[in-house]
Amino acid sequence: MAEGRCRMLPDGVNVSKEARRAISQAASVFVLYATSCANNFAMKAKRKTLNATDVMSAMEEMEFERFLQPLRESLEAYKKGQKGKKEASEQKRKDAKEKKNDVEENDKSREEEEEEEERMEEDQEAENEVEEEEVEN
Amino acid sequence: MSGDNAEDNVNHASNSKGISLPMTRVKLIMKSSPDVSSINQEALLITTKATELFVQYLALSSFNNGSGKDNKTLLYSDLANTVEGTETFQFLTDILPKKIFARDYLKLIEENPIEEADN
Repeated sequence: MAEGRCRMLPDGVNVSKEARRAISQAASVFVLYATSCANNFAMKAKRKTLNATDVMSAMEEMEFERFLQPLRESLEAYKKGQKGKKEASEQKRKDAKEKKNDVEENDKSREEEEEEEERMEEDQEAENEVEEEEVEN
Repeated sequence: MSGDNAEDNVNHASNSKGISLPMTRVKLIMKSSPDVSSINQEALLITTKATELFVQYLALSSFNNGSGKDNKTLLYSDLANTVEGTETFQFLTDILPKKIFARDYLKLIEENPIEEADN
């Protein structure tokens, strides 16, 4: 994924303890700022759930357009990974059903470790669905 | 509880998608924002990645900007200077202020009595 796009500090450079802490705090503030900004976009669209486009819009608003391209790439990679997992888990469920002849459980648990090993490529129509998570405090 | 699965999910995604910052921590901070009801998984991923990019950008800008050319250490002052001099980092001015000697500050107050500034 790097493609020679090295945005790290050069080798051998130290970061003072104070600078380290400051960067950490800056990161937290960044998250808050970005979230607040993204949430404005979500509210404008009358949505209760923050999604990826909201965050992208927030980046633009905050003048971090330079991030947009790498973020899109990360998102693509993630979606591909999710699609593979979904197909694999659907296939698994199919097999399990045939094997057991049981009523399929409406279970939402994702057995990711197993799926990693058994990732099969099937020609299934997996919609590129965004999975929303309702997390309650 | 779906919370546990969510936790596994985010950590797994974090490891396999080339992200080093912990998504669980990012999620915590996002949730602390008022008016935010729920956050979808992709949004969390992108925010985490964006934060990573931001950290790199801030560190690198500060390093190039500052005394790093002779020095091999990124200092707090490099960060504070970069924040002051770069528009995109203006939102950090309160948490990365420039440092000033106490005696200079006291002198400053003597000469100019403090006014309550409304932000």
